[in-house]
Amino acid sequence: MTPRVEFTPEQLAEVRRLQGLYPDKRAALLPVLQLAQEAFGHISLEAEEYVAGLFDLSPAHVHEVVTFYTLFFREPKGRHVISVCHNLTCHLLGAQQVLAHLTERLGVEVGGTTPDGRVTLLGVECLCACEMAPMLQVDDRYEGHLTREKVDGILEGLR
Amino acid sequence: MAEKILTRNFHLPGSHTLAVYRETGGYAGLETAFATKPADITEEVKKANLRGLGGAGFPTGVKWGFLPKGRPGPIYLVINADEGEPGTFKDRYLLERDPHALIEGMIISGYAIGAHLAFVYVRGEYVQPWRIFSGAVEEAYAAGLLGRNIRGSGFDLDVIVHRGAGAYICGEETGLISSLEGRKGWPKLKPPFPAIRGAFGAPTIVNNVETICHVPHIVRRGAEWFASVGTKTQGGTRLYSLSGHVERPGVYELPVSVTLRELVYEHAGGVPHGRRLKAVVPGGSSAALLTADEIDVTMDVDGLKNAGTMAGSAGVIVMDETVSIPEALMVVARFYAHESCGQCTPCREATGWIYKMARRIVEGKGRKEDLDTILDVARRGAGTTICAFFDGAVGPYISYIEKFRHEFEALIRK
Repeated sequence: MTPRVEFTPEQLAEVRRLQGLYPDKRAALLPVLQLAQEAFGHISLEAEEYVAGLFDLSPAHVHEVVTFYTLFFREPKGRHVISVCHNLTCHLLGAQQVLAHLTERLGVEVGGTTPDGRVTLLGVECLCACEMAPMLQVDDRYEGHLTREKVDGILEGLR
Repeated sequence: MAEKILTRNFHLPGSHTLAVYRETGGYAGLETAFATKPADITEEVKKANLRGLGGAGFPTGVKWGFLPKGRPGPIYLVINADEGEPGTFKDRYLLERDPHALIEGMIISGYAIGAHLAFVYVRGEYVQPWRIFSGAVEEAYAAGLLGRNIRGSGFDLDVIVHRGAGAYICGEETGLISSLEGRKGWPKLKPPFPAIRGAFGAPTIVNNVETICHVPHIVRRGAEWFASVGTKTQGGTRLYSLSGHVERPGVYELPVSVTLRELVYEHAGGVPHGRRLKAVVPGGSSAALLTADEIDVTMDVDGLKNAGTMAGSAGVIVMDETVSIPEALMVVARFYAHESCGQCTPCREATGWIYKMARRIVEGKGRKEDLDTILDVARRGAGTTICAFFDGAVGPYISYIEKFRHEFEALIRK
């Protein structure tokens, strides 16, 4: 079920607070889009239009912002997101094996979401934690020094 | 052992708290600062030879000096915590382990440049660093260290912690400003420089986290002391991020006069498994590659510039003899293709095509002319774009091919 694209009164109060914080209210666009993604799961065209209305912007302006940044999801994502760094240091220390293990364990390609909606798997550019390479981000958390066993342990913790 | 300045508290439990920061002399720089004229602090920072530690290495005090004098209206201080240069992770450590050092630096820097509102732009992926830093800002407000009339000085400073949303280009200062304003992170043509017309159209100083963390120490201990640590043209220590094929990857704080060889072998413990060193990226992925026999260079801005590469963000990536340089170039080229913001044609087109060529070379489908095409496109594109992103990509494109051409040719002949 797609949640209704509308903020609660509490969330709207937060939008107004954010808009009042900056010298120009448009600067609150990224934080408000982050709020929208938390509230609605992803940022649909409908959500872009809704947010545009809160800023008196054209939906096209919001769309160009949403599509510019990697952390905004335009399609429903899994309950958990695993982002494996595949940049240079992680590549040198085995990122490809980590990705191969994850695609096998999860049965999805990089960029895909498991059919049960549990995990979205991504390959991403440097997360700036090269000292713990190979590493990944699972939701809010960084996990490094990855081995097959460690990756399996991470997967077990995800519901 | 060289004295640790920025990392001196990293090992202490609770180093991110106000209590521990204060116990170790934190916020003591404020008194000295508030008893000094703002313009004199800028002079001290100039004399200290503090250079921007985000990547460009520009003298910090000189940057501050570009602000228009006596013009009415606000001035903003923006802290670039959008750490993203591959191979770099030191600002993450500062945000998590010593956030009050950044806040103290911001108060003093804000006072020096006349800013009463500061933004800290933290990359979106840095959730934990953002939480810890935001907690420190709350603590500082509660203790009267931020807000109105800080410590009875009459100086006001508010801090807004702003989260990015995933885009390397927002680490470029004008791209960061666009993003902070609620737009896609497209860099802007300079001039006007941000010091003249920056965030929200107002004069703005954008400085890296580590740069600002040095300011309280300069104020407390003097420009001469700071300048004496380091080289003739760059004062102080710097946080080197060591990763890749080294025994002990991590953050190392050392005077900028340290050599790359010392960093790799003495501090990070050398190359594991008894393997030989092949090459080192000395300053984040945008720095030109150095071969194993080019590492007797000092790690200051000018030392690496003279060696034909750059100090950049001080992210040192070490590669042993097992590494395929064409494969490494493919990985780096994919990064630049992915992160090009698409605004300028030479960068948008070249990063995409060079990645495709690097990839087909690795896949054994390379064409004889590919190497010269990459070099030609890289050289023609350098300096033709709005920001330094493409110039940064040119560093690896050219150096990987020129220094290891035989490895590429072997793959093409196959």
